[in-house]
Amino acid sequence: MIKQNLGIRKSDVFNRRMFIIGMAKVVILAGIVSRLFSLQINENKKYLTLSDKNRIREWKLPPTRGNIVDYFGNIIAGNLKVYQLHIIPEQVENFNYLLVRLKTLLDLSDKKIQKITELKNKLKPWDSIIVSENLTWSQFLKVNNYLYDLVGVKPVMTISRNYPFNDVYTHVLGYVSQPNQEEIIENKTVQERFVPGMKIGKLGLEKKFENHLIGTNAIQRYEVNAYGKRINQLEYQKGSQGNKIRLTLDTEVQKLSAKLLLNKAGSISVMDIYTGDIIAMYSSPSYDPNLFLFGISQDEWELIRNNPLKPLIHKTISGLYSPGSTIKPIVALSALENKIINPNFKVKCTGKTELYGQTFHCWKEKGHGFVSLKNAMKQSCDTYFYEIARLLGVDRLNITAKKFGLGEKVLGQYFDNEKQGLFPNTSWKKNNLGRGWVLGETLITGIGQGYTQTTPLQLCLMTAQIANGGYKIKPRILVNNKPLSLEQAKNSMKVDSLHSPNLKLFDDPKNIKTVQEAIFSSTNEIYGTSYKSRIDDPKYQFAGKTGTSQVKRISKRERELDLKLEQIPYKDRDHALYVAYGPYVNPRYALSIIVEHGGSGSKTAAPMAKELFKLIIDRDELRKKQSNFEDINI
Amino acid sequence: MFYYKRLNSDLSIIQKIKEIDYVLLICIILLSFISLMVMYSTDGGDILFHTKNHFMKLIVLFPLMLVIAFFNIKHWHTFAYLFYFLIILLLVWVSFFGLKASGSQRWMNLYFFVLQPSELMKIAIILTLAKYYHRIKIENVNSLSSITLVLSIILLPVILVISQPDLGTSVLIALSGLIILWIAGIKIKYFVYSFIFGIISLPFIISFLKPYQKLRILTFLDPDRDPLGAGYQIIQSKIAIGSGGFNGKGFLKGTQSYLDFLPEKHTDFIFTLFSEEFGFIGSIGLLILYTIIIIRIIHIGAISRSNFSKLFCFGFAFSIFIYIVVNLSMVLGLLPIVGSPLPIMSYGGSSLLATMIGFGIVLSAKINHRQLIAG
Repeated sequence: MIKQNLGIRKSDVFNRRMFIIGMAKVVILAGIVSRLFSLQINENKKYLTLSDKNRIREWKLPPTRGNIVDYFGNIIAGNLKVYQLHIIPEQVENFNYLLVRLKTLLDLSDKKIQKITELKNKLKPWDSIIVSENLTWSQFLKVNNYLYDLVGVKPVMTISRNYPFNDVYTHVLGYVSQPNQEEIIENKTVQERFVPGMKIGKLGLEKKFENHLIGTNAIQRYEVNAYGKRINQLEYQKGSQGNKIRLTLDTEVQKLSAKLLLNKAGSISVMDIYTGDIIAMYSSPSYDPNLFLFGISQDEWELIRNNPLKPLIHKTISGLYSPGSTIKPIVALSALENKIINPNFKVKCTGKTELYGQTFHCWKEKGHGFVSLKNAMKQSCDTYFYEIARLLGVDRLNITAKKFGLGEKVLGQYFDNEKQGLFPNTSWKKNNLGRGWVLGETLITGIGQGYTQTTPLQLCLMTAQIANGGYKIKPRILVNNKPLSLEQAKNSMKVDSLHSPNLKLFDDPKNIKTVQEAIFSSTNEIYGTSYKSRIDDPKYQFAGKTGTSQVKRISKRERELDLKLEQIPYKDRDHALYVAYGPYVNPRYALSIIVEHGGSGSKTAAPMAKELFKLIIDRDELRKKQSNFEDINI
Repeated sequence: MFYYKRLNSDLSIIQKIKEIDYVLLICIILLSFISLMVMYSTDGGDILFHTKNHFMKLIVLFPLMLVIAFFNIKHWHTFAYLFYFLIILLLVWVSFFGLKASGSQRWMNLYFFVLQPSELMKIAIILTLAKYYHRIKIENVNSLSSITLVLSIILLPVILVISQPDLGTSVLIALSGLIILWIAGIKIKYFVYSFIFGIISLPFIISFLKPYQKLRILTFLDPDRDPLGAGYQIIQSKIAIGSGGFNGKGFLKGTQSYLDFLPEKHTDFIFTLFSEEFGFIGSIGLLILYTIIIIRIIHIGAISRSNFSKLFCFGFAFSIFIYIVVNLSMVLGLLPIVGSPLPIMSYGGSSLLATMIGFGIVLSAKINHRQLIAG
């Protein structure tokens, strides 16, 4: 009975205690529910985003670069389908067997095989290894034929930069290649769009207009698992190709320049004398930019780098040369403008001039006798120009030369490696060399030797500005919108010069005319230095001035020996120069030709002008007809 | 008649069937189905290893539960101490010869089944203490000797399990035991004192924790401390649950689990997967189901005439509640990560076995609720 009583009491205790616990349970449960509520209802958005961030990963694909086209719309830097070979390690059954098979199929080197093995150990098993970036079509076919035996191998088609004209445009365009660490950090756009395998401009316009050409990445969105393996593709967002660039250059003229300068070191520049459009700028020798796309081999690189003709230098804008006699039109013009001489001013040439005990030779040992300005220009009499330079003084000559663009960059903004050259005056020498100007230096400056250093493009611009009647033009290489017609260009040139007087480079138009006639006689009259290269057909007839610039002082002995070109060591031979414009009636184009160590201007450089003018003037019609221009914002 | 006597029951088999608590039974069946469904989802929408195994275990253990239900609860009273000592022996055996996995030694290989004795201890401790307090006089409940004895009964398995090491299970065993003490009527001030004592000695206890256990606590306090290492589980679990939203992502569409971001999704983090796919609605539904089960067990305890049944039911109901709370708090980032399965839902045979035995005893208590058990 007692037991029973106790029992009842006990169960009362149990029930009461259980009730307290029950209350606690309700509170705890409420806590859990509110936590669930806060996670799933209140913060749902936040966690949904986090969950998507977990599972969705983007893969950027390399952007497709914009095309670069010539004036006529021909693609000169485009994109090509290339065939690549990838291995996906996780799909490979027997890696070593596969490597042996591939080695024989594609002729892979041991080094390459070793590299692949290293990559395999470094990458995740589902990341693909690129075995070959650029398979030839026959290799690609071979691989496809044996695909049943190559488990885990994936032939891939992708897009790569391509330069269809190989070495013709190299110095202008530059090339693309894989960027290094600094290049990625330097350029924000590249940094944003960088993906392994992407190539960026390393040189020339490809580098300068990187952000314009680069294009946007295509994006693949994949669902991935916790280990980063792609499970399925959710979305493919197409990228857009980079913007186009249109150049003023003409591929045909460029190609002819390359042909003319084959196996020679030098440069050819051609310019429209009214619009400043550069028709051609070729530096020789060149090299094939396609070699750099997939990594140039050490041997090929050494070959380019060690070539004594220095293909890596963009001679048109970075090559510095004494202008030689090609400077004479400027000297003559300066003397006329400063009223030192008139066209009838005569000097007697005896073959040499003495000044303070120093002898200055004319190229013609016997001398030219009494020569007028025209004859002096025609026969390139050095004595005449010694004399007028002496009368003129280097400082006045310098002012004229500067006006015509010597000592200043021509294109400036486009090429980092453009040089500005030098045209000396007395204060320059005092400031830079710390010594006073010597009169003898004025004399040799008058025949384009001494301190004067010019780039081929500067000489071309100088000639163009004489040819157009003495108006400053702004050379350009890009076609951003529809170009002006000839009349419009001529007009705007003259109208602009009314507004800003510094665009007019002369005081008296007669002086320009006199110089033009003198240059004309040099090519088209007998005894002219480039008479042999003349074209009589008025359609193609051009006027030009030869130049032969010494690279070293000629000793007395050598002068007496009068060696033939072949007998002089290559390094000591003179540079051959030629500047010209044509057609003589209604001129339109100017050019400059430089052949390093080419001997004399009249023998080596002038004949090239003959061929060039034929082509340039023939193509003038086509150039006028060209119409499909679009606005390009750069 | 003799046959029924042998089962120590006055009830016929028909009466027994009538007396079964069908609400509880249906809830358990429902929960089993849900667990199979979720297991199917963890297998990526396919009947693979986990689904098959879980199904097999349910197929075997569900009848076992019914068999236990038809056994008179008296027998559990009789063999409670024996059961307790048997499990203690198994725990000792395991600590010497047990299977090792991921740094702890808690399993024994029975070839058809890998048993984790510590899970069974969760039931054994309730049975033992229920029997003890069933027999003891109410005046002696708060005597020093009684409290000492009872604490030793609890402490012995707790120490054995901690040394495996398995902090989670040992805490659950301790809590299951302590709750019986509470229900039995140990003075509230003792609980308050020991609670205060516990708080004071906490730093001391923490210094005894293993480095990985300390790390878990630190990680709990700030999961972003090491998001890819120790904090990874909590962060990913919260992301999964949070991204489930109100309706959930849909059955078989839980990206977090499907793409392997969820660790241990079959076992301790099964609720995370469920919640991601079925959302707030589903989670509340599951909680309601569990609540019904717990209330039902408490109800059975309340109507039981014998104190043994009463204590067991209350204790078991509380244990289930604790398992759920600890598990959910863990996956919701409210508690540090201690290994603790969700009853019936989680993959794992021993936990399921213990739970099913528990339910069996509860059902038996219901069938025999009018019966008194002699002390």
